[in-house]
Amino acid sequence: MNRAVQPTYTLDKVSEENFALNLGPQHPGTHGVLRVVLHMDGEYILQADPVLGYGHRMQEKIAENMTYPQALPYVCRMDYLGALSYNLAWVLAVEKLCQFEVPERAEKIRVITTELNRISSHLLWWGAFLLDLGGFTPFLQALTDRELILDLLEEVTGSRLTYCYYRFGGLPSDVDDTWFTRVMEFIEGFRLRLPRYHDLVTGNVIFYHRAKDVGVILPFDAAGYGLSGPILRGSGIGFDVRRHEPYSGYERYNFEVPVDETGDCLGRYNVRMMEIEQSLNIVEQAIGSITEGPVRSKVPKLIKPPEGEVAMAVETPRGQLVIYIVSDGTKKPYRVKYRVPSFANLSIFAKLARGQLLADALAILGSMDMVIPEVDR
Amino acid sequence: MNISLLSVAGYLVGIAALVGLNAVILVWLERKVAGHMQFRLGPMEVGPHGILQTLADGIKLVSKQLVIPDEADKPLFLLAPIVSLVPIFAAMVPLPFSETVQAWELNIGLLLIIALGLLNTLGILLAGWGSNNKYALLGGARAVAQILAYKIPLLICVMTIIMMTGSYSLRDIAIAQQGGWNVLYQPLLFIVYIITVTLETNRSPFDFSEAESELVAGFHTEYSGMGFSLFFLAEYSYMFIAAGLATVLFLGGWQGPWLPGVVWTLIKIYSIIFLMMWFRWTFPRVRIDQMLSFGWKILLPISLVNFIITAGVLAL
Repeated sequence: MNRAVQPTYTLDKVSEENFALNLGPQHPGTHGVLRVVLHMDGEYILQADPVLGYGHRMQEKIAENMTYPQALPYVCRMDYLGALSYNLAWVLAVEKLCQFEVPERAEKIRVITTELNRISSHLLWWGAFLLDLGGFTPFLQALTDRELILDLLEEVTGSRLTYCYYRFGGLPSDVDDTWFTRVMEFIEGFRLRLPRYHDLVTGNVIFYHRAKDVGVILPFDAAGYGLSGPILRGSGIGFDVRRHEPYSGYERYNFEVPVDETGDCLGRYNVRMMEIEQSLNIVEQAIGSITEGPVRSKVPKLIKPPEGEVAMAVETPRGQLVIYIVSDGTKKPYRVKYRVPSFANLSIFAKLARGQLLADALAILGSMDMVIPEVDR
Repeated sequence: MNISLLSVAGYLVGIAALVGLNAVILVWLERKVAGHMQFRLGPMEVGPHGILQTLADGIKLVSKQLVIPDEADKPLFLLAPIVSLVPIFAAMVPLPFSETVQAWELNIGLLLIIALGLLNTLGILLAGWGSNNKYALLGGARAVAQILAYKIPLLICVMTIIMMTGSYSLRDIAIAQQGGWNVLYQPLLFIVYIITVTLETNRSPFDFSEAESELVAGFHTEYSGMGFSLFFLAEYSYMFIAAGLATVLFLGGWQGPWLPGVVWTLIKIYSIIFLMMWFRWTFPRVRIDQMLSFGWKILLPISLVNFIITAGVLAL
């Protein structure tokens, strides 16, 4: 049962009961400097206009004014929750452009760290989504487990949030062998703790009624708005870049692409929860099959790709990221374009929020897992 | 009436001390409960196990500037926290702590508490209107919108108990349960009461009027310093009253073996408060329309049917 009212009035019919509510740029529900101007009739939203750009840093132009290695750390600042995916995308794009080889061990360590990063991102989303719904405890439970992942990643990458770990042609340094056993220990413990997440939230009747049938995205709309990631898969379209355009050796691993047909907040929730388990599987398989070997191939000191263009798609925790580089043969890219998942995903919010209650709009926004610096970039 | 001025003054000081002490303990307890439910310790620094943390926070809040927004309705803005707290303060009067410890044995004590509880909502509405802030206004409007949905089931609960006892006096109601606590005869009603009282005190999962992730801070968005702490004081005192009423109506008041009556009353009151804290730190928030339909379509029929059945049983 979809309870949303269909607004029959438009904004030019201003009555005394309508008012504009500025949701953000500082609001606990928007998780960043997103501002949404809501035209409200009481608690119902007549129209939602997202206002972007508060965190705009001209990321594309910055990359065009730098050499390829110099731009590397900047890329990770866009999506601070899935930094390794961005790191990977940039590295893969340049490697594809220059046709560098990457050793198998490096590829596997890349997959392990990226997937751990994905889990940590999904965990933070899980907590923040429940925070949007008014439950505070899940947030801290999720952060407790996320902390363990951050510790593991800190050990190999040196940072806890905006990682910059991959290099053209491989990795800067090899990973300690005991690190793999510690990752396996974490996975073992986390698998035991994962049912607790479901006990606390998934089976909760209040949560169920808050998420079920709220913000339904039809598959047609999902494809039409260019959505990707768990939102797209939550609408019944099983597209995952890792499966359909494998990169970094994802074709080696046996994993499922979780799909939920419902398209509502609960569907997106379920997809992400299943993705956490799939990521654990991938990490296990990668660690199980890892072999000794070099982690970096020979690459020239000066990265000077041949003239040409390249587009590299990567599945970040939020969806499909495409990095498009045009090279003019110099050491700086001629043009860089980022196709970021959050930006495309946000585009459907105005449509979904229309006619909904304020509380539902925030639940929808929470279920979309926005990273606003990524939207603004 | 034979009330000396001295005893009135004594009881007033006693109630004021109770309200203050209760808030200090409850804020500390809430943070401790929250902490332990979230795998952390909660406040630990000020005093043993952080027991003095609330005191330190209180001093900070009192010493803060009271910011009044330019466009606010100043008299209403300043009045709202007081309107919110005073009725709660007054509602302490008829609450019996034991057979002898009671500020004033009033023959309509139960009605007085229910009526004063309604005034608390007025304070929230005033704050929402006076702040001249859209979030605050939405919070105030929500508080009023939900009144009927929970007040009617609550009143029917109370009426059922009154019908069983035949008295409006809280003391009589407690004494009448000597044979067996009402919760044994009316378990369903007890559950309805706890739910409605959670609604009444604006506690999560029904904290619509201050819903943090939706309305920033709801009705007290614009309040700082003492204004904010008065609302807090009112909320925690209201929890105390609500739990105290539950103790008298359903748990036999001060009755219990071995320990003195006052201790039993406090144990029961704080157990119910702990239950409410438990709700807050485990449940997500209900949506307001879901709560309204829950109040009208589930709580009201249950309490009404229960009322009629009780009346039938009593008539036999």
